Amino acid sequence: MFQMIMHISLFILSISTILFIYRTIKGPTIPDRVVALDAIGINLVSITAILSVVLKTSAFLEVILLIGILAFIGTVAFSKYLEKGVIIENDRDNY
Amino acid sequence: MIETIINVIIAILILLGALLSLVASIGVVRLPDVYTRSHAASKSATLGVMCILLGACLYFFQSKQIFDSRLILAIAFIFFTSPVAGQLIIRSAYNSKIPMSQETIRDDLQQAKETAVRGK
Repeated sequence: MFQMIMHISLFILSISTILFIYRTIKGPTIPDRVVALDAIGINLVSITAILSVVLKTSAFLEVILLIGILAFIGTVAFSKYLEKGVIIENDRDNY
Repeated sequence: MIETIINVIIAILILLGALLSLVASIGVVRLPDVYTRSHAASKSATLGVMCILLGACLYFFQSKQIFDSRLILAIAFIFFTSPVAGQLIIRSAYNSKIPMSQETIRDDLQQAKETAVRGK
């Protein structure tokens, strides 16, 4: 019963990821796509957690931290690029 | 007995988290513009992933008798960073003049900017 609920949750999460991929492909503007990609990263964290519960191992828990950090840094880089055209600005006089 | 109760709590937490992620994705597909879509994605997806990570933490506490600090760290990190990421991407969308939907009736940030310019 417990394992079946875990598999149902994985199925629901995969449906949710498919809907996010639809918005990523179709999305009319670039921030739409970035929002959907960020949410796909969050969903990957959930899928990894449920997978480590299903496989009864705690080896994937560092992967959760890494995916969370990488999704956040990717979103920040995208938003800075969309706003100013550069990601890392070297001169501080442009404010 | 207590093991069964903890198992039921874990199952409820993880199923609730998966359903919240599904709600977030339905909101992202069906809402009209990027601002409302970001509202759906950041709030529901954050709550869903926090429920699922709490369930996983409880599972490892029950099955292996260890309190895994990595999961708590992941919960805290996602709780801090996900609203920041949503706010950053929506601010850049507003500054690059992405149009709002037709149903929008007021824009508080534009009024605030006009008052700031007039005050200068």
